[in-house]
Amino acid sequence: MVATLGSASDAPAMASALGLAERLVAARARGIVDVVAAYATVTAFYDPLQFLDPQEDAYDCVCRLIETCGARSAREPSAAGGGAVDIPVCYGGDLGPDLDFVARRCGLDAAGAAALHAGAPYVVHAVGFTPGFPYLGGLPAALHTPRRDTPRARVPAGSVGIGGSQTGVYPVASPGGWQIIGRTPVALFRADGNPPALLKPGDRVRFRAISASEFDSWK
Amino acid sequence: MEISVIRAGMLTTVQDLGRRGHVAQGVPFGGAVDPFALRVANLLVGNREDAPALEVTLTGPELEFAEGAWVAVCGARFEGLPAWRPIRIEAGARLRFGRRTQGCRAYLSVSGGIDVEPVLGGRGTYLAAGFGGFRGRALRDGDVLRLLPPRCRPFGHWGIDERVLPRYSPVPTVRVVPGAHAAEFGGALYSGRFRVTPNSDRMGIRLEGPRLARPGEGDLVSAAVAPGTIQVPPDGNPIVLLCDAQTIGGYARVAHAAAVDMPLLAQLAPGDGVRFALSSIAEAHALARAQEDRLNLLRQGLAGKFEAA
Repeated sequence: MVATLGSASDAPAMASALGLAERLVAARARGIVDVVAAYATVTAFYDPLQFLDPQEDAYDCVCRLIETCGARSAREPSAAGGGAVDIPVCYGGDLGPDLDFVARRCGLDAAGAAALHAGAPYVVHAVGFTPGFPYLGGLPAALHTPRRDTPRARVPAGSVGIGGSQTGVYPVASPGGWQIIGRTPVALFRADGNPPALLKPGDRVRFRAISASEFDSWK
Repeated sequence: MEISVIRAGMLTTVQDLGRRGHVAQGVPFGGAVDPFALRVANLLVGNREDAPALEVTLTGPELEFAEGAWVAVCGARFEGLPAWRPIRIEAGARLRFGRRTQGCRAYLSVSGGIDVEPVLGGRGTYLAAGFGGFRGRALRDGDVLRLLPPRCRPFGHWGIDERVLPRYSPVPTVRVVPGAHAAEFGGALYSGRFRVTPNSDRMGIRLEGPRLARPGEGDLVSAAVAPGTIQVPPDGNPIVLLCDAQTIGGYARVAHAAAVDMPLLAQLAPGDGVRFALSSIAEAHALARAQEDRLNLLRQGLAGKFEAA
């Protein structure tokens, strides 16, 4: 079941979605299998077979739960808020083959485009696509760049990309159509980590430019 | 106890009933695309129904058993292999899959179950991120799988009543509930038959057929998607998401397949067809319960057919 609390870029709606998701998880309600906040939506995955009473409509139960949690999170907004995460990135060169293209489009040189990307504050709007992949809002308008006409068959893990008005980091190697401007040596997803994903919706992110030798020294 | 992979087949992976609780981290449920077939395959050899088994895709593997074992093959059918019943494999024998005659994915359970470690609460292989199952990847020629010791073994000669099975078909009708953007597409999803294209995989079934045109280019809010979600990209060709699909989607969501019909989708091979029929959430829940009731009857029927190993 998907609850939509506003439009995609609506900051208060996104904050409400995070609060609602947090309440839903904390409620530990029977039958709720997974809860996912993305942009201004919250999705509750439920197992109708765990609502054992045939008189009890699973869909109605989940609706009521979402309404209760929504009302509570509106009354008492979450104090937790997102974390602040610093991600080192080596921009350009072999690690960021599309940086020159992105820079040309916005009339800057590669160093200027990298500085613009690293200078802006970002917020995680959603985590998905592949495990741990953060969709980040806050990309400066000058850097908005359409996806590549032909997606790459393989984008290496750690690649930092731009897709339209969003930026993000590929946690695992995968096919991808975003413009790749750099790479981070930091792991954004570890299956044996707790939690496995470095970032969660609501987290604030800053990129920090590092040199190729600093990138190598992380290994 | 070991199984040697002589030939791996096109895409053979270790799968169970998937992992829960990690969708917010971007980790899909995964597991068997046809969970019904995996569950029954396990029940037929006396395993827990969520034990890891092999998911075989389109072409089967050739396997050599170091010791005798009971196996079951459920889901897709292959020449030379009786489906939906326990099969005895003697020590040193090779199990060969003949030509595929029906379906897309078969589940090969082995008494005891395949011995692999859980990752994020599941033992299934998640190919996109390379974890779970056997070394996070599909089987290759020469791999050796370890088995757990069986708890019990079937005795007597029997098979299951095939009336408990989903209505597998090369052109099934799949019941769906409307998605968030259903109204924008009118009745196009229900207007005819779609064809399964070859670039379908564990992430999704890509269909061709009646074009699903979205009149407006209204803003879409990306939201979580699920196995069974039917997305419509701008080209108008719907994609039915399966269990390894990405967890968040930005395309229009026209409908969601009823969970009870996911096995029908799982068994669609390239070139097969599918039709969709409008259902309701209440009916989808009732169908899921009814299937669970049929599985319960099957479990009861199997109770007296095993002896301690």
